[in-house]
Amino acid sequence: MPTPVIELINVSCKFISPEGKITHALREMSLCVNEGDFCAIVGPTGCGKSTTLGMITSLSPPSTGLVKVFGKPVAGIDPNIGFVFQTDAVFPWKNVIDNIAIGPIYRGKNAAEAKKMAADWVRRVGLAGFEHHYPHQLSGGMRKRVALAQTFINEPKILLMDEPFAALDVQTRALMQGELLSLWSELKASVIFVTHDIEEAIALADRVVVLSKGPGTVKSSYDIPLARPRDVSEARYSEQFIHLSKQIWHDLKNEVQI
Amino acid sequence: MNIFSATNSSGSASEEERQAIAKAVNRRRLVIFLRIGLAVVTLTTWELAVKYGLIDPFFFSRPSDIYTQLAVWLTEGTAQGPLWRELLVTMEETVIGFFIGSLLGIFCGIALGRNKLAGDVFSIYIKIANAIPRVVLGSIFIIIFGLGMGSKVALAVVMVFFVVFGNAFQGVREADRNLIANAYILGANKRQVTFSVVIPSALTWILASLHVSFGFALVGAVVGEFLGSRHGIGLLIATAQGTFNAAGVFAAMIVLAVVALAAEYLLTALEDRLLKWRPVQFAEHGM
Repeated sequence: MPTPVIELINVSCKFISPEGKITHALREMSLCVNEGDFCAIVGPTGCGKSTTLGMITSLSPPSTGLVKVFGKPVAGIDPNIGFVFQTDAVFPWKNVIDNIAIGPIYRGKNAAEAKKMAADWVRRVGLAGFEHHYPHQLSGGMRKRVALAQTFINEPKILLMDEPFAALDVQTRALMQGELLSLWSELKASVIFVTHDIEEAIALADRVVVLSKGPGTVKSSYDIPLARPRDVSEARYSEQFIHLSKQIWHDLKNEVQI
Repeated sequence: MNIFSATNSSGSASEEERQAIAKAVNRRRLVIFLRIGLAVVTLTTWELAVKYGLIDPFFFSRPSDIYTQLAVWLTEGTAQGPLWRELLVTMEETVIGFFIGSLLGIFCGIALGRNKLAGDVFSIYIKIANAIPRVVLGSIFIIIFGLGMGSKVALAVVMVFFVVFGNAFQGVREADRNLIANAYILGANKRQVTFSVVIPSALTWILASLHVSFGFALVGAVVGEFLGSRHGIGLLIATAQGTFNAAGVFAAMIVLAVVALAAEYLLTALEDRLLKWRPVQFAEHGM
């Protein structure tokens, strides 16, 4: 019996602007992610994909409904959560190793110990030799590696990813997807991966959830039976993959039509 | 991924590279030459215009007179004492005022910027205080603190404070939301976010304001001396004005300009040290 790690129960989310204008981001949405699951969320723009992640971190709490993490209602940022942002969120004034070491330092480790852990992660994400470079001296893919190491060093049990590879070129993206899967298989975290790219969702996830257009709610959910470990760049040419991607695109097409 | 392998290996520069280097060097020389040329032409025109009666030296003086005046101040001293002592007084007022004003400004700016409600309440009053000409306060400071150094320092502090405060406040407000969220999720508490995210990102703004505000501190000190004092470059200007000595006013202006340029140079060096993480093209444009 798998244990649910993240549960969203009938959550709705409204944003009220200072002028009193109300925007509905999510409506009566329910979602459950089990321990060790890789769940991808796809949906049209503005359907509340990112809002979902914000609710799980407690940075943007829901207006109604309940969000549970490890069976307990969310109150404050859970230390077991890791978050990879769409835009660059590495600190531009810190070099690679200091960027990666910052998590353990925030959590009370002394600087020397944190640096030692960071040095290991620098190697694991393939940035050896770039320890003392600043983010602006790195390519987009390398900055993403820093962001991944920065998150993974805290050994999160829940990994939230908000279109993390959207800004990368196609080749770099495929490479990073592969690296993400190998890091994830070591970490055994539960993942929610938000993306607008159906093929990325299928290639990475155990389950793909399709959201309807805003205010979003779960429209359909597909289990992805592709074997693991997966070769991201090869998997997308299999019959099964193409069939799934057609089905999901069909679901999504009705939502994105204007 | 070998984007850094293309560093300049000076030993084996190709013909094209050598030409490009020569071109860059030539351009630098041209810029320096044109700068000196422009100064020479301007000063010569001024001198000649006075000589041929196009400009009245009583009001506008002339380069040779200003030079003579400076030479006299440097060798024989001013009416109030040696030039270096007058300059020292003004510098002391400026630097003390600059330090107090900018430290207060940085502290208040960050404190208010981190507190949303306080920030919303106070921001309107800051704008008002920034809009009124603060030099007027000089008169009040002379009444309170007398003719000594206190009144000038106070005026310099007021001049500097609002500029630095405004920038620190804005810098804190404009700190990247994503970076702050990232820090919180990585495990930072509010104090850690302030020190490791908010202050570093506001630093660009704060340092930019320090450039401007040193000039403001100088204005505060000089105007304070102007309004009433026993020493300082401001008094020197006031005396020159009283005796219709235009050359004296210009000479004092040159002394102040040299001081301001030296301070600007030091501040740029400080900025380059503190902001070494920035991409080069931004640093070059003084952002």
